Amino acid sequence: MSFIAKMLDVKEELLELYEANSDTLNLNSSEVMNGFREEAIMQFRKKGIPTRKNEDYKYTELEPVFQKDYKYRFAPKKITFAVDDIFKCDVPELDTKILILLNGWFISDEAQLQELDNGVIIGSLAEAAKQYPDLVGEHYGQHAKTSIDGLVALNTAFAQDGIFIYVPKNVVVAHDIQIINILLDDESLIVQHRNLFIMEENSEAKLVICDHTLSESEFLTNSVTEIVAKSNSRLDIVKMQNEHNKATQLSSTFISQKRSSNVSTNIISLHGGMIRNNVQVVMEEEGCENSTFGLFLVDKKQHVSNHTIVEHASPNCRSTQKFKGVLDDQGTGAFNGRILVHPDAQKTEAFQSNNNILLTDEATMNTKPMLEIYADDVKCSHGATVGQLDEDALFYLRTRGIGQREARLMLMFAFAYEIIGEIKVIPLRDRVNDLVEKRLCGELSRCNNCAMHCG
Amino acid sequence: MLHIKNLHASIDGKEILRGINLDVNPGEIHAIMGPNGSGKSTLASVLTGRDIFEVTDGEITFEGVNLFDLNPEDRSRSGIFLGFQYPIEIPGVSMVNFMKTAVNEHRKFRGQKAMTAGEFLQLMRDKKALVEIDSRLTNRSVNEGFSGGEKKKNEIFQMAMLEPKLAILDETDSGLDIDALRIVANGVNKLKRPDNATIVITHYQRLLDYIVPDFVHVLYNGQIVLSAGKELALELEEKGYDWIKKEVDQVQI
Repeated sequence: MSFIAKMLDVKEELLELYEANSDTLNLNSSEVMNGFREEAIMQFRKKGIPTRKNEDYKYTELEPVFQKDYKYRFAPKKITFAVDDIFKCDVPELDTKILILLNGWFISDEAQLQELDNGVIIGSLAEAAKQYPDLVGEHYGQHAKTSIDGLVALNTAFAQDGIFIYVPKNVVVAHDIQIINILLDDESLIVQHRNLFIMEENSEAKLVICDHTLSESEFLTNSVTEIVAKSNSRLDIVKMQNEHNKATQLSSTFISQKRSSNVSTNIISLHGGMIRNNVQVVMEEEGCENSTFGLFLVDKKQHVSNHTIVEHASPNCRSTQKFKGVLDDQGTGAFNGRILVHPDAQKTEAFQSNNNILLTDEATMNTKPMLEIYADDVKCSHGATVGQLDEDALFYLRTRGIGQREARLMLMFAFAYEIIGEIKVIPLRDRVNDLVEKRLCGELSRCNNCAMHCG
Repeated sequence: MLHIKNLHASIDGKEILRGINLDVNPGEIHAIMGPNGSGKSTLASVLTGRDIFEVTDGEITFEGVNLFDLNPEDRSRSGIFLGFQYPIEIPGVSMVNFMKTAVNEHRKFRGQKAMTAGEFLQLMRDKKALVEIDSRLTNRSVNEGFSGGEKKKNEIFQMAMLEPKLAILDETDSGLDIDALRIVANGVNKLKRPDNATIVITHYQRLLDYIVPDFVHVLYNGQIVLSAGKELALELEEKGYDWIKKEVDQVQI
């Protein structure tokens, strides 16, 4: 009972926070985003923060992280330093167009929103919603429905900024786009940014998203990303989650795919106190292809949960989901993956797998693959495994003179590489490779100089 | 080189080896034959340190060192090699990385520097030619998708790379057609030197047409019940194991 009572308190506090600040929110923001707030807060009032009674959150305990004392900033904190001074992405040969969110606010030395020569528009979502209300309005809130989930409702009520990317028809973006989410504050903070990516017909882009914590404070991120991939477009996303143990990241991504589009996401959860990834894909028209991959490594008391729904709403689409986890110490993980094939989605090919290795007796993994098929001419499969390292393989390696520790690492790394190998941005793949190897060796593996800040 | 005295070993409380005695000297080839379930593979596993078997009595020394003091990797580094009856597939671990790590661990153990990439590739090339293994196989993950014959060839390739003092080949001939058998046997013969030794564990005599043993031992019920020269293999081929079983069983009664 006390849990529920506390959660009600948290919910009431957030509702009060909204009431007290709704004028500020509306004043600072655009009509497009404001238009969703009242409905969203109403939905949040109804749903609240998901508890473990909600089947979808059975293994992810949000109560303790929401109960912490966070500050909420309704305007970006003025920074007195150049972001370059505290953060530089040091991945060699990673030649990207960099967009930075600091505590969920877009920051740049240049304009808040840039239109590049090829017509690509990138920058702040808040600014985009002001300058291009029709474009943003056409998609904002259309895929991430506030009625689905309390976290989405909460984000939609409070969201003020985030990243906006628009790739026009027939444009292939030459430079990969890199979004760097930096969390840096003296105080504990809730951050609720919102992203919108629109890929027009025949467009193509690669996107790298990196999450970093640069100060020791506690952070709670509740972000929502909506992605629209129109006909024949192609979008590859790699998300690298690399936060400290006092950070919680709740990330919800909604992908809407039109005819023959191809979207891949690969979420590498390298480090973080608690990580929850919700990925929802709807293949609305024929001929789509989707890959949703993830690799997570947990130790100590970390928790990573991946929750996917891949919906085949049209015929002749193909989807692959592959998630792998390596769990050490008392780490916990969850995978909840669902393939949903609509009655008329014939010739669907949908595959899903989740494989996990537990390195200790105290690590826990809960996995729940689900198939829901309403069409009769489909090829679908799913499977999940939870196990230890293969003792026979370990012995085989050792009889060749490879030490036990090294042999274990080789096997773990081989296990992880199936996912790393899918990363399509090569310099990043090499870096992730390196980081995962270090992480598995038990060495510090935070990317970049952030390691020096958060200890 | 290898001295086994009164070796007893069991698994899950069931005694499999019941007092094995065997001496192997440099330059010798020993064949260990015997019916199914006699303990041949258990002996190989115990020699290489598989921990599912419990040694309950006896001793093994290898070049004067108590083998039980060494873990599997140190036994390998000291010069003991096991060719597996069922080589393990290890998806995601490349043959190159596997062999490079193994070779360099051996070198480290001997106080040698790690090989340069160039030296290593040259070594790979030389040994591949020696055992007639397809180059494409060494570009794949360890044993993954290899046919039965390819897996056995790969065992001999690994043996060539590591140049053991004592090679134990556990039913290397099982599942091989005659061509593959000849290639595998040729590999073993080419690697033969006056200072190394081989224990060939086999069920059938045919491998011994190609790898000619100095001694043939018959293992039955966890003991070596008969030892003789290479002619014993032929006799076994002709008469089977029943006559030995009968003799042993009578004595035991």
